[in-house]
Amino acid sequence: MSISLFYFVAFLSIFFALLVIFAKNPVHSVLYLIVTFFTFTIHYILLNAQFLAIVNFIVYMGAIMVLFLFVLMLLNLNESQGTSKSAIVKMIGVIAGMCLVITLVGSLKALHVSDPLVLQTQDLGLVKNLGKVLFSKFLLPFEVSSLLLLSAMVGAVLLAKKDIKQA
Amino acid sequence: MELAFIIEKFILITVIFSVSLGVAAYSTLAERKIAGYLQDRVGPSRAGWGGMFQPLADGLKMFFKEEIIPAESSKALFILGPSLALLTACIGSAVIPWGQDVLIADRLVSLQVTDINVGILYIFGVVSLGVYGIMIGGWASNNKFSLMGAVRAASQSISYEIPMGLSIIALLLATNTLSMKEIAEQQHGANWNILYQPLGFLIFLVCSFAETNRTPFDLPECETELVGGYHTEYSGFKMGAFMFAEYLNMFLASAVMSTLYFGGYNYPGMDWVNEMTGPTIGPLIGMGVLFLKIFVFIFFFMWVRWTVPRFRYDQLMNLGWKILIPLAIANIVITGVVITFVDKL
Repeated sequence: MSISLFYFVAFLSIFFALLVIFAKNPVHSVLYLIVTFFTFTIHYILLNAQFLAIVNFIVYMGAIMVLFLFVLMLLNLNESQGTSKSAIVKMIGVIAGMCLVITLVGSLKALHVSDPLVLQTQDLGLVKNLGKVLFSKFLLPFEVSSLLLLSAMVGAVLLAKKDIKQA
Repeated sequence: MELAFIIEKFILITVIFSVSLGVAAYSTLAERKIAGYLQDRVGPSRAGWGGMFQPLADGLKMFFKEEIIPAESSKALFILGPSLALLTACIGSAVIPWGQDVLIADRLVSLQVTDINVGILYIFGVVSLGVYGIMIGGWASNNKFSLMGAVRAASQSISYEIPMGLSIIALLLATNTLSMKEIAEQQHGANWNILYQPLGFLIFLVCSFAETNRTPFDLPECETELVGGYHTEYSGFKMGAFMFAEYLNMFLASAVMSTLYFGGYNYPGMDWVNEMTGPTIGPLIGMGVLFLKIFVFIFFFMWVRWTVPRFRYDQLMNLGWKILIPLAIANIVITGVVITFVDKL
């Protein structure tokens, strides 16, 4: 039951991820990406990681993708604008794609299946346990990543600020 | 046992669903009646006694109107927009505790569809998802006024989600839980969270107005600038779906505010009443009290709509980013300091 459900959701993830690439219209692409993120949320719930699921839901589906959609709607790209590419660009694309395929095939050959990971506690993904772990065992990486976000925010404000000399 | 559980939840969901749809339908009548009262008019009074059947008449009118889909629009998304708006407005009520456990036929029935331990975040997620219906509908219309409305809806929703989330963080500091059920239980009697978080409630209230697109924050459908905003091209039942979603969101926002800050189903002297009336009637009275609070909030939404004029767009952004966010952060700091000192004592 659980395994077949996993394979069904995994199939949906990959299916919609492919649609993101193949959709001609950029807005449709973003909408498929939103559905892809929603399938990720289902994966988290299947793993009993409720907090991660809901945070993925709020941050990726609710905030970041709204911004993506916002920008695309403002640009309002037409389908004709996106498809006119020169022959050199297409050649480069083919070569890069082949390199990726070779890397993937090589890594698949080197792949060996690891032992299945068994969770010590089933409730590990619940918000209480996650918070305790974040603020004790992983305190330093947690604080460092928050500093990283802060510096990114300061940088964004600096970029958005009007130049005082020009004004 | 398993089957009984499923049947129980199915009945509960059906009842909550029909009640919220009914409340939303009669909110449209209440809105027009209150508008009439505030402007010294009568309001709708022809259909039934005092206009009681007006929502039914409106619904029939919506159904029988011609459905127009613009030729240059993307049809699937044009239909998806209002459907999504209606869907996200309906699923939020799943985590709201409507009352204490009720004893029905020797079975203790929980009046909450599901008590997930991230209940508040779930509501927050549903709210943030609500804007997609407006955005998709506005973009698919292929009309510049609709697009402007959709873009406004997106930026407004993102801007006001931040202070809303920050005000919830202060509430979480005070309550120590994310579960709606536990938050409601903690406010037993008259120990309501509004006493501890008055500033947080004010911020949450303002953000609720913005998230439900109600006046003074109804810029996405600002008719003086954008014809009809995101639903300019919509007609018939699809237009009705957008309007209905707005009233459903208002009902949900009122229920969330009542539960988080005004005690939910709790009221002073509830223990005494519960003892007098037994385990079946008592919780139902609590549920009635919760609905009374919800109706007061819905009235407040309407009162504000017919009193305060609409904001200008730059005023909206200034209020969100330069006033509400700093206030919400200050609220978190104050709450944290007070909790630390109270713990020390």
